Amino acid sequence: MEKIYSRTKTIQEDKVSGFCPGCFHSTIIKLIGEVLEELNVVDKTACVLGIGCCGLHMDYIAYDNTTAPHGRATAVATGMKRANPETLVFTYQGDGDFAAIGLGESISAANRGENITVIFVNNGIYGMTGGQMAPTTLMGMKASTAPKGRIAKEHGYPMHMCEILNQLTAPAYLERTSCNTVANVIKTKKAIKKAFQNQLDGKGFSMVEIVSNCPTNWGVDPLASLDFIEEKMLVEYPLGVIRDK
Amino acid sequence: MSRQFMKGCEAIAEAAVRAGCRFFAGYPITPQNEVPEYFARRMPEVGGAFVQGESEVASINMVYGAASTGTRSMTSSSSPGVALKSEGISYCASARIPMVYANVSRGGPGVGSIQPAQMDYLQATKASGNGGFQMMVLAPASVQEVVDLTYAAFDYADRDRNPVCLLVDGVIGTMMEPIELPDFKSDEEVDKMKEAKKSWACVGHRLDYPNRSWIEPGHWKTSDMQKANEDAAALYKSWEKDVQVEEYFVDDAEIVIAAYGISARTSKTAIDILRKEGIKAGMIRPITLNPFPHKSFENLDYSRVKAILDVEMSIPAQFINDVAVGVNNRCPIETCLCSGGNLMKRSTIIESVKKINAELGGK
Amino acid sequence: METNLCIAGFGGQGVMTIGKFLASATCDSTDKNVTFFPSYGAEQRGGTANCFVVISDEEIGAPLGDVMDDLIVLNDPSLQKFLNTVKPGGNLFINSSIVSGDIERDDVNVIKAPVTEIALVLGNSKVLNVIMLGVYVGYTEVVPPEVVWGTIEKKLGSKAKLLPLNREAFERGLAIGREYKNN
Repeated sequence: MEKIYSRTKTIQEDKVSGFCPGCFHSTIIKLIGEVLEELNVVDKTACVLGIGCCGLHMDYIAYDNTTAPHGRATAVATGMKRANPETLVFTYQGDGDFAAIGLGESISAANRGENITVIFVNNGIYGMTGGQMAPTTLMGMKASTAPKGRIAKEHGYPMHMCEILNQLTAPAYLERTSCNTVANVIKTKKAIKKAFQNQLDGKGFSMVEIVSNCPTNWGVDPLASLDFIEEKMLVEYPLGVIRDK
Repeated sequence: MSRQFMKGCEAIAEAAVRAGCRFFAGYPITPQNEVPEYFARRMPEVGGAFVQGESEVASINMVYGAASTGTRSMTSSSSPGVALKSEGISYCASARIPMVYANVSRGGPGVGSIQPAQMDYLQATKASGNGGFQMMVLAPASVQEVVDLTYAAFDYADRDRNPVCLLVDGVIGTMMEPIELPDFKSDEEVDKMKEAKKSWACVGHRLDYPNRSWIEPGHWKTSDMQKANEDAAALYKSWEKDVQVEEYFVDDAEIVIAAYGISARTSKTAIDILRKEGIKAGMIRPITLNPFPHKSFENLDYSRVKAILDVEMSIPAQFINDVAVGVNNRCPIETCLCSGGNLMKRSTIIESVKKINAELGGK
Repeated sequence: METNLCIAGFGGQGVMTIGKFLASATCDSTDKNVTFFPSYGAEQRGGTANCFVVISDEEIGAPLGDVMDDLIVLNDPSLQKFLNTVKPGGNLFINSSIVSGDIERDDVNVIKAPVTEIALVLGNSKVLNVIMLGVYVGYTEVVPPEVVWGTIEKKLGSKAKLLPLNREAFERGLAIGREYKNN
């Protein structure tokens, strides 16, 4: 029988992911690994992981990586890339990391047009710490620190990072995707590939924002989380290419 | 080599470049602005990278990233800015990343004063971040020593895979003095130093899980974390061999001044004047604040030494805590302090010594 | 032998430049120890600025002495602030164009030079500091004038067209300093 699919070698063979059932993190890191192999750049890749569930990847991925202090991944990546331009450097960050505590670093790295790639996983909530409100939490959505749900008067409105970064001149590529359907998974992989290729071509700052889920902290089963993305998240965070230059 | 007239802050930068530093990130804060400004001009000339970070927090993390590639890297700041860097410094220490940072320190807690002081002693030597890590802390007392210690700091950092702190008080950072510069490490030497770190550097490796570069600023497994802490503790203990100290007229001194950095410089001239008046004063000046030269204080002949005078530009006194360990209650420790941006005056030190001398002589 | 000099004025008057030129010249031309230490306010312009130069045959302790041998003041507030730091018998150099306050001491040598006026006559108020440097060097001879001029030339390097003006300014200052010295 012909083997038409095998697991990416960028994830250790003997490891079983510790992510919650249905979580997209496993899917996304697999897509990244496949892209790295297809681009034949695994041996020149360094990943900077954010803090939170993102950081759990450190134990699974088989290529060079480090963990940045919470929110500082794009600063760490800036140093890595400037000191060693031949390395493909990407950050992998959640919404608390990228859009809350790391907002200054995120915008500044984008504004400098750093030749790095950001994989921004937005599930509208803090996962690892137990479901606290994020800057990307939807209006009315409950969180452990917003027990009555997000209220505009108290918490303001969800932040749209692609659109915020689109105010800047320097970024080369900004796209928002999701992994809630097979078609969207394929689109996400394409976007990741483009974002990496841009870096190899020296085009500068590229980011893929992936609208993701958190069945555990959303308090729904994995299948229901897909519906929630389709019906709620994608209304607030419409998919598509926001910048491509 | 002929001598040049250079500012302390610029000397930090030039010595670093000559030592092979090829990455610098920093953020403006008085009184160390000449450090990033110098690097901004100099780095392009030597093929290095300079980034003005959007904050001290970003800058230290850029250094964390750059140093993770095996590139000799540094940052600098002043007191409140160093406080902001403390998380990144702790990450570097935990991940065992060699890097150098300079604290050109100023007065007071909070925003403090922009004038020189020595208020960051305990922060630098005991707790530059969470988690009980340590660094070698070097305290120059002249611009020439700034050059020599900065140059050496990169070697210590690489040897130990650990951050090194240069505690340069604001006076030393802003004053100018004649200096002689060390050799410029060639491009070949710089490449070689980087290549030597490739086994652990985060630059991309052939797919081989056990041998991937995994720069870990922490550990999930408690046994791994304990092992890392034990390794670090062993490293800190090994620094006993690296102690540097200047002893000035200690052999026959009855009153021994304990001071470092600019306070020690001023104390030295005070001692010269006191000796001309027949007062047997001497001085112990730690050049390495960590490792601290405890032995110099332990080994004093306390049948002769009547008192220690702790001279520092900090209120409350901080350095005194380490002095007291070696003295171990065998003689009184008096203080001569100033703070807030005022410089320690020679006359104040002289008066303090004379006062002690009169009190003890009267017994 | 150790000489402690304090130079004080408004920010923007070129206070630091006087100190740096003098200290650099000492470094370039002698084996003496020398330090330059600036003290700034937080303002970039207008606030007070002062700096200290110590020149010594011995190792230098603090880069500013408790007592000054020489004091150069370019404005009134500096005179009030630093007059008492000058040792008895010390030298006080004042910018007599704008320093009008009484000198409430009779135990110091006063050298008056209207450097702001001379600078304006020369056509550029910025050279008042170079004139004052000339006055100081002409009077104290702490470093040979030609060495100081060599340093000025070197520092102005890229601005060669300013050299004749600065030369003239320096010479005017030297003449005033020498005149006081010979009287």
